[in-house]
Amino acid sequence: MSLLHTMNKSPFQHGTLRDCLTLCSPGDALLLLEDGAYAALASSPCREALQHQINDGLSCYVLSADLNARIHKQTLIEGIELASDADFVDLVLQHSSTQSWY
Amino acid sequence: MTDNNENQINSRKNKPVKKKLLFTFRHAPYGSSIARDGLDALLAASAYGQDLSVLFMGDGVFQLLTDQQSSDISAKSLSATLPALPIYDIDQIYVQESALIERGLQNQTLVLDAQVLNDQAVRALMLKQEGVLSF
Repeated sequence: MSLLHTMNKSPFQHGTLRDCLTLCSPGDALLLLEDGAYAALASSPCREALQHQINDGLSCYVLSADLNARIHKQTLIEGIELASDADFVDLVLQHSSTQSWY
Repeated sequence: MTDNNENQINSRKNKPVKKKLLFTFRHAPYGSSIARDGLDALLAASAYGQDLSVLFMGDGVFQLLTDQQSSDISAKSLSATLPALPIYDIDQIYVQESALIERGLQNQTLVLDAQVLNDQAVRALMLKQEGVLSF
């Protein structure tokens, strides 16, 4: 049993990602979308906490359309995977519940 | 179509589906209409006899403060409406302990009798739902 978390806020302006990460557990998935895509940057203020969670077994994705629009060709945190809109749908189906952080 | 399928469809028609739904409130009450919208959705869901739980976390715990004097900002006070939730048979009400502590509210009287949950219990609550509606 695992949760999908969706995150659409920039970590440079909001503490929403920090709140989300305190509830994430190994096996959960985190999908960064809209301004949440900025959290994938290697310079993200939550980098350390996010990298730690990914190493522990959190699956982290960023919606590629949102990423490409905002931070095309920038250095990203290691272990973050790209997701298409279809992948988004699959993620929702694969998890028992979705918490939308916005 | 087999009889069995027809029976299933008929029984679905006659009996509304009861779902285990969690409403999460993460936003402070008056900066946007999110808190009020969520409360309206919650009351609507209660009219359909759903199995409802409510969780206040993050800045959402500010919705639970007593004596919100909101008339001067032309907004309806949430502290007037929230205590009515048990009347709508909504009595599984929870609040995130770490959010209360972070805001220095752990010893405050709240407008609702909410069960205080640590972060692990918050996760467990989310996991046992059929749907989570985030406000």
